[in-house]
Amino acid sequence: MPAQTHVTATINGEPVQFLCEPRQSLLECLRDILGMTGTKEGCNDGNCGSCTIVFDGRIVTSCLVLGVEARGKEISTIEGIARGNRLHPLQQAFLENAALQCGICTPGFIVAAKALLDQEPEPDEERIRFWLANNLCRCTGYDKIVRAVEQAAAVCKQEAAR
Amino acid sequence: MKWFDYECPRTVEAAVGLLSAPGRKVRALAGGTDLLVQLRAGRREADLVVDIKEIGELNELRLDSSGLTIGAAVPCYRIYNDPAICRAYPGLIDAVSLIGGTQIQGRASLGGNLANAAPSADAVPILIALGAQCLIAGPGGPRSLPVEDFCVAPGRNALAPGELLVSIHLAPPLPGSGAAYLRFIPRNEMDIAVVGAGASVVLKGNVFAAARIALASVAPVPLFVADAGDSLIGKPVDEASINAAAEIARAAAKPITDMRGTAEYRRHLCGVMTRRAIARAIARGKETN
Ligand SMILES: Cc1cc2nc3c(=O)[nH]c(=O)nc-3n(C[C@H](O)[C@H](O)[C@H](O)COP(=O)(O)OP(=O)(O)OC[C@H]3O[C@@H](n4cnc5c(N)ncnc54)[C@H](O)[C@@H]3O)c2cc1C
Ligand code: FES
Ligand code: FES
Repeated sequence: MPAQTHVTATINGEPVQFLCEPRQSLLECLRDILGMTGTKEGCNDGNCGSCTIVFDGRIVTSCLVLGVEARGKEISTIEGIARGNRLHPLQQAFLENAALQCGICTPGFIVAAKALLDQEPEPDEERIRFWLANNLCRCTGYDKIVRAVEQAAAVCKQEAAR
Repeated sequence: MKWFDYECPRTVEAAVGLLSAPGRKVRALAGGTDLLVQLRAGRREADLVVDIKEIGELNELRLDSSGLTIGAAVPCYRIYNDPAICRAYPGLIDAVSLIGGTQIQGRASLGGNLANAAPSADAVPILIALGAQCLIAGPGGPRSLPVEDFCVAPGRNALAPGELLVSIHLAPPLPGSGAAYLRFIPRNEMDIAVVGAGASVVLKGNVFAAARIALASVAPVPLFVADAGDSLIGKPVDEASINAAAEIARAAAKPITDMRGTAEYRRHLCGVMTRRAIARAIARGKETN
């Protein structure tokens, strides 16, 4: 059995360590080693965005990151989005707008959309659609997803004003 | 993916040492958006992957009086998030903002786009049009190479074994200069160029003082059409000059037929996209005149 690499990272604010092979993707490490199965695998080649996480401050497709690259990095995943027992406005808006059917794409859309709203509180529809171009959905037809992001943006803005 | 070893050197020298390891299949890893896909699909092999993202020079992004230096591992988003670079090199910004989507742009580097040597690579035509130079380190010492000589065949670049692309350098923009990159794809985002056209011009009043044109996806490598740019020099800035240059680009293209379009369709698009890229470059040149 060839040597495994020891990786320490911060995931959703918590220090985490794991052992992995250099060839394993960060997506595999999250799901199969750490049991964090909220992040989904669709294509495994960077196209679908269902494996989106925040890595070192940027959204990336975790299927195209090696687990060993996570050494010393800050990572956030879908598991870190809810505020304790309360859903994040994006999660609530996806439910209310029926912005999901099978749900495989949903964690990726929510992580990507949150990164947008964190940096731009009032994106217009075009901005939302281009920002989310790396996220594919085979079920909803996208309109409901865009509406949900717009609704969540409005809620986040109200919260910030309070 | 097959087993490989992983190293993450901190210096160019250490990386060159690893890349020169005798008898091993070694690959540099920047953003991994080409490499990891290819390793997984078995289209490339490696028994050692050398992560080059922790090397200072490869992360440098510096705009000063000598121009713009882009470390080979700098991801696209860092380039378009810099307002001064956006103002100085809008043609480059065209290309880096349409590679993949947000997630890919968070990782994909210009160095990787070049070194991967795909005929369709979106950053390469505009780098050629802007006259970029590649700075290379290797066991035989440093050297530089004009970007148009960097890609030699589909998937093959001019690097010798053990060599590493360190950075890409662009000269400071001249007064009256403008550049643009345009890509034709059947959708708005996330597809491979059917045809891409990069153009840069330098205007002196109503005359072209210099021009360079390059194309994506119409030949085995990104195609520098020197004649098309040269034809503009000394000519008035008008439709006749632009059309003549676009016709030279169209005639120089050697496209193939594939699922994204026939050779004939691509040739036609070469003319159209070249015209539009020159027109946009001119509009930008007038703003800086
Ligand atoms: C979903 C998706 C969409 C994409 N869309 C586009 C697109 O629209 N346009 C486009 O042009 N491309 C696109 N690509 C391809 C890819 O993202 C780009 O080519 C990208 O710029 C590659 O950069 P990287 O840093 O990820 O390279 P890597 O994958 O890390 O490396 C690519 C190759 O270059 C070599 N290499 C990297 N850096 C160096 C160096 N400094 N010295 C020597 N060799 C080096 C590697 O060994 C490897 O062979 C897409 C890819 C995906 C997965
Ligand atoms: S699984 Fe990573 S992008 Fe599809
Ligand atoms: S809800 Fe099924 S893929 Fe988006």
